[in-house]
Amino acid sequence: MTDLSPLDADGVQAAVDEALAAFAAATTLDELKDARLAHTGDKAPLTLANRAIKDVAPTDKAAAGKAMGAARAAMGRALAARTEELEAERDARVLVEETVDVTLPVQRGLVGARHPLETMQETMCDTFVAMGWEVAEGPEMEAEWFNFDALNFDPDHPAREMQDTFFIDPPESGLLLRTHTSPVQVRAALDRRDALVREGRGIYVVCPGKTFRTDELDATHTPVFHQIEGLAVDKGLTMAHLKGTLDAFARSLFGPDAVTRLRPSFFPFTEPSAEMDLRCFVCGGSDASCRTCSGTGWIEWGGCGMTHPNVLIAAGIDPFEYTAFAFGMGIERTLMFRHGVKDMRDMVEGDVHFSQQFGMEI
Amino acid sequence: MPKIPLKWLEESIDLLPGSTGADVAAALVRVGLEEEGIEGGSVTGPLVIGRVMSLVKEEQSNGKTINYCRVDVGSHNDPEGPGHKPDNKVEYPSSRGIVCGAHNFVEGDFVVVVLPGATLPGPFPISGRKTYGHWSDGMICSAKELGLGEDHSGIIVLSSPSGQSSVFEGVSVPTDALVPGADAIPLLGLDEQTIEINVTPDRGYSFSVRGVAREYSHSTGQPLRDPAAIAVSGRRGAGFPVDIDDQAPIRGRVGCDRFAARILRGFDPAAPSPTWMKRRLDQAGMRPISLAVDVTNYVMLELGQPLHAYDLAKLEEPIVVRRAKAGETLVTLDDVERKLDPEDILVTDSVGGAGERIIGLGGVMGGLDTEISDTTTDILLEAAHWDPISIARTARRHRLGSEASRRYERGVDTALPPHAIERALGLMKEFGGGEIEEIYTDINHVDPIKPIVMDASYPSTLVGVEYRQDVVVDSLEQVGCIVVEDGTKLTVTPPSWRPDLESPVNLVEEVARLEGYDTLPSVLPVAPPGRGLTHSQKTRRSVARTLAEAGLTEVLTYPFMAEARLDDMLVPADDFRRVQAVRLANPLSADKPLMRTGLTATLIDAVKTNLGRGAQDVAVYEIGRAYRADLIGDVPRSFSGSTITPDDVQRLNEALPGQRRRVAGIMAGNRVPASWNHGAEAFDWTDAIAMVQKVAAVCGVELEVSREPFEHLSAAPAHPGRVAFFRLADGEPIGFAGEMHPKVCENLGLPARTVGFEVVLDPMIDASEGRIAPATPVSQQVLAKEDFAFVVPDYVPAGSLVAAVKSAGGELVEDAHVFDVYTGSQIGAGKKSLAVNVVMRAADRTLSADEVLAVREAIIAAAGEEFGAVLR
Repeated sequence: MTDLSPLDADGVQAAVDEALAAFAAATTLDELKDARLAHTGDKAPLTLANRAIKDVAPTDKAAAGKAMGAARAAMGRALAARTEELEAERDARVLVEETVDVTLPVQRGLVGARHPLETMQETMCDTFVAMGWEVAEGPEMEAEWFNFDALNFDPDHPAREMQDTFFIDPPESGLLLRTHTSPVQVRAALDRRDALVREGRGIYVVCPGKTFRTDELDATHTPVFHQIEGLAVDKGLTMAHLKGTLDAFARSLFGPDAVTRLRPSFFPFTEPSAEMDLRCFVCGGSDASCRTCSGTGWIEWGGCGMTHPNVLIAAGIDPFEYTAFAFGMGIERTLMFRHGVKDMRDMVEGDVHFSQQFGMEI
Repeated sequence: MPKIPLKWLEESIDLLPGSTGADVAAALVRVGLEEEGIEGGSVTGPLVIGRVMSLVKEEQSNGKTINYCRVDVGSHNDPEGPGHKPDNKVEYPSSRGIVCGAHNFVEGDFVVVVLPGATLPGPFPISGRKTYGHWSDGMICSAKELGLGEDHSGIIVLSSPSGQSSVFEGVSVPTDALVPGADAIPLLGLDEQTIEINVTPDRGYSFSVRGVAREYSHSTGQPLRDPAAIAVSGRRGAGFPVDIDDQAPIRGRVGCDRFAARILRGFDPAAPSPTWMKRRLDQAGMRPISLAVDVTNYVMLELGQPLHAYDLAKLEEPIVVRRAKAGETLVTLDDVERKLDPEDILVTDSVGGAGERIIGLGGVMGGLDTEISDTTTDILLEAAHWDPISIARTARRHRLGSEASRRYERGVDTALPPHAIERALGLMKEFGGGEIEEIYTDINHVDPIKPIVMDASYPSTLVGVEYRQDVVVDSLEQVGCIVVEDGTKLTVTPPSWRPDLESPVNLVEEVARLEGYDTLPSVLPVAPPGRGLTHSQKTRRSVARTLAEAGLTEVLTYPFMAEARLDDMLVPADDFRRVQAVRLANPLSADKPLMRTGLTATLIDAVKTNLGRGAQDVAVYEIGRAYRADLIGDVPRSFSGSTITPDDVQRLNEALPGQRRRVAGIMAGNRVPASWNHGAEAFDWTDAIAMVQKVAAVCGVELEVSREPFEHLSAAPAHPGRVAFFRLADGEPIGFAGEMHPKVCENLGLPARTVGFEVVLDPMIDASEGRIAPATPVSQQVLAKEDFAFVVPDYVPAGSLVAAVKSAGGELVEDAHVFDVYTGSQIGAGKKSLAVNVVMRAADRTLSADEVLAVREAIIAAAGEEFGAVLR
C-alpha cells in the first residue's frame, strides 16, 4: 500500500469516510477508542498524509493544508459526537444497573408515638388558646378546701359523697387526690382576680389534667382519668355565652355542623346547672341503630352551668359585679366516642400499640 | 333511685295523649330528671286467656310427668279435627295442644296462654315445637315467666270454677273478662310501664310520685292533682305524748323539727294488702310484706314522706326524741346491733324511765322492740321531719342508707306529716278496719320559710334570654312559690317541698328550666387577647414530641404503687423514695396503698404489659407527677372568712406534698431490630443518657453528669457502675440514666440490660423560663483540629478530662470530645488511653501555627497536672 498523498483529494475523502464509518460502527467507548487510534493515531493514513504536507511542493502546501485541516476537523466532530452518544448510553446503563428494590423495609429503629389522651388535651387547649383563653394547671394532690369547700360543696351534702374520693393518710390530713380539675378554676381565678378588678381583664381559662375517683377499672370506668374544664369570668356573661362557647368547642373537634344541647341538672358549683349533649356527629340523629349515640341522636358529653356566686366569693370576686360560667368534660370519654375506642383499659394498660395507632397528632 | 309506675303517675296528672314511657322520660329530662331505665311493656302477644278443656298426664322415661292439654283459646283455636303432627291420629275439638310440666291446675281452670309469635320478657320469643312426643303450641305461663313475681312453682290459675285449684293472687281479673282468647296483656297489666328516674341531690321531693307528677306538669303544662291535698280529719292536740329534747343540735340545727303521730285501734293484722297495692309496690321495687307495712311504704312512694308504724301495745309513753349517749346500742330492723354515736338522733320511749329505751334511729331505721307484727291490732303511726345533715351523718356513719334516709338527706316537704298520716291510716282502715283516734299529736317547730328577694330582671341578666316579668312570676308560681311584686322587686317565698331554693340564683334556674334550656341562644364571648401557652406548657410538649421522635412511645400509668415494687427495685430502707411515700387512706387495692415516689416504679407496669403480650423490643416514656410526703406541712382546713386570701393560698400550697413533674423512660431489647441490610443493635446505657441529654437540650439547660449519687437517694434501680446522675449547674439534683441493676431485671422479669432514665422536669424548665438567649456570631474562619491520646489512670472520668482540656484551652477551644477509649497491654494495667479531638477557632482570624501550638501545650500541661495524663 502506498502512502496517501495530502493532495489526493479522493484518497483523503475515502480515508475520512472510512474513519467516520468506523466511529459510527463503534458500539462501546472501548471500540470507539480503537477506531480513534486506527484512524487518527500515529500510523493512520491521514496522520501520515498530514505529516507529508511538509514534503509537497510549496505551491501546493496551502491546498494540502486546507484539505487535511478539513479532513481532521470532520473526524474530530464525528468522534466528539459519537463519544457523547456512547457516554450518554453508558451513564443511562449504569443508572439502570444500580436500581434497587425500594419496597424493602427501610425503617431502622423503633417508631415512637404520643399518647392520644395527651394529644387530645393539647388539641382541646389549642382551640381555646386560639380564642384568647389561657391554659391553667394545678396540683393533683390537693387540699380538701380547694376540691370541695371552695366549690360550694357543703361538708354534709350528699354531693360530696357522690364523688368517690381518694383521701391521703392520715384521714385528718385535709388532703386528697383531686376528684375533678375544678380546684384549678378557683386557683386560676385567684391568680387573675387582680387583673380582672384593676384592668377589667376578663378571666378565660381552661384547666386540663389528671383526676381521681375510687372506681374500679372496667370497660367504661377508670380510677385515674383526665378532664378539661373551662371557666370564664367577666362582666355580663350569660348562659347564652356558655352555649356559644360549647358550640365553638364542639365545632373545633367534630366539624362545622356540630351542635350542643343543654339539659337541666345539678352541680354544687354551678347554678343554673346543665348536662351538655353533643348532636351525634356520626348519624346526626337519623339512625336508630347508631352505635355512637345508641340511636338517641345525642351523646352525653359533660356538665356545665353558671358559676355559683359562692364559688366566686371564695375566689374573692364580687358576684354582683361579675358573672361566670364553667364547663367540664372527660377526655377519655371524648376519645372513646370520637374515635370509637371500645374499652377504657386500652388507654391505661400501656400497650404501645394503642398509642402508636394515633401517631403524633390526633 | 325512684321507680314510678305510669299508672300510678296518672292518678296525679293526665299524661299527654298516647304517651309511652319513653315520651314521659323525654318530658322529664327537659326539666332535669334524667331517665335511668324503663321497665314493663316488653310482652308482645298473642298472650291470651285460655280454658283447659282436657288434661292427660303422661309419665316420661326420665321419670317426669307432663300434661298434654287441649286449651280453648277462642279465636286462636285450631279448627276441629286431627291435631298437628304427631298428634294427628286423634280428632280434637276446636282448641290448641300444649304440653305443660306444672301440676297445680285441673280441667276447666282459666289460665294464661302464650302462643307462637309472642315474646316474653327476656326477650324470649315463643314458637310452636315438638316436645315429649307432642306438638306444643306455646306455654301456659307462670308468674315469673310474665314478670309478675318470683313464683315459678306452678302456672297462674286465674279462676278455678271447680274450686280444686288455688287461684293466683298477684292480679285480679274480673270474672266477666275470663273469655277464652281474650287479650291477657291489658288484663294482667303487662302493658304498664315503670320509669326509673335519677334524682339530683337538690331535688329530694322528686323521690315520689307526687314530685315526679309535679315535674311532668312543669314540662308539659298538664295540670297537677296534688295527692297530698287531703283534708286532715280530727283534731291536733294531746295525742300520744311526745317530747323533743335535742341537747346537741348539729351546726345549730335541731335534729327533729316536726313530729306527728296518730293512733289506729282495732286493726286486723291478718287483713291482706289489696292486689293493686302489692303490684305497684312490686313495680316500684319494694317487696310487699303485710298490709300495715305495705301502706307505710306505699304512702312514702306516693307522697315522699317516710312513715314508721309502731305496735302501740309495746310502747311506753312518752316518746322522747333525743341524741344518743356514748355507749348506747340499738338492734335495727335489719337485725344488726349498732353502736350509737352522740350525734345520732334517736326515737326512744319510756320503758325503764323517760327516754330510756331506744326504739329507732330517727329518720333512718326503726328498732326491733316496737316493730309491728302479725298480732298488732293497735298502731301508732309516726310522720316526722328530720334535719338532713343529722340524717346524712348517721346514715354514713352506720353505712345504713334506707328509703327513709335517702329522702330526708335530700329534703322532705315539712308540711306533709299530718297529711301523710291521714292518707296512710285511711288506707289501713279501708283494708284492715279499725278506728282512727280523733286527737293526734303534731309537734311543729318548723322555721318559717325565708323569702328571697330578687329583681325580676335577674334571670334575664344571668341566662341571656329576655324573660318578661310576668313570665318570671308565672314560672315561680308554677314551682309553688308565693310571689309578691313591688315594681320589679320580687319577694319570693318558696314552697315547703323546695328547701333547695335558698337564693336568687336558685330561682333563676327554676325560670330557665321551666322556660326551657332549648330557648338559649348561642353567643360566643370575646376573650381579651391571651398570653398563649406558658413556657412550661410549650417545653413539655417539645419534650414529649422529642422522645416520641426518638422512638419512645408515650404511655400513662396509674400512680398507685405497692411497697413490694420498691423491694423489687432494690430501694433501701432509708431511701426517700420509700420513707417519704404518700399513703392513701382508702386505696382501691390494699396491696397498692402508696402513691408513686418516682415514675419508673409504675412505668415498669407498662413495660411488663407489652412484654407479656409478646413484644421483645419495648421503649416507653411517661410525663407525669410523682409525690413526696417530705414536703407535706400542716394543711389549713378553714379560713378567716368566706374568701381565701393570697396568704391563705400560699400557706396551703406550701403544705401540699411535693409533686413535681417528671419524665421517665424505659428501653428494653433492641433499639434497631435485625433487618435484611444490618444486624440488631441493642439498647444500652448510652441510649438512656442520650435521652436525658435530648430532654435537657429541649429545656435549654446543660446538665452536669457524674457518677456521684444524691443525698437520701440510692442508685437503685440502676446498676451502680452503669448509671449517670445529673445536676443543674447550681448542683440541684435532676435525675439519673443508665442500665438497670441485673437483680432488678430479674425481680421484675425485664430483659437483661434494660435501661432507663428519670429526671425532674420542672426545675429544668424553670431554669430557662424567661431567658432571652443572646446570639453568637457565626465565625467565618477556618477551624484548626488537634488530636491528643492521653494515658490516664482508669478511674479518671472522661468527662473530667475533657472539662480540664476545655478549661486549659481557653476561649480558642470551640469543642473537645473523646473519640476513642483504649485499654490493653500496650498501655499497662490500671490505665487507659483516651483519644481527644479538640477544635479551635478564633472569631476574627485564622489561627497561626504558634497559637495552635501554645494551646496544645497548655492542654497537655493541664492534663498532666490534674490527672497525671501523659501523651501516648
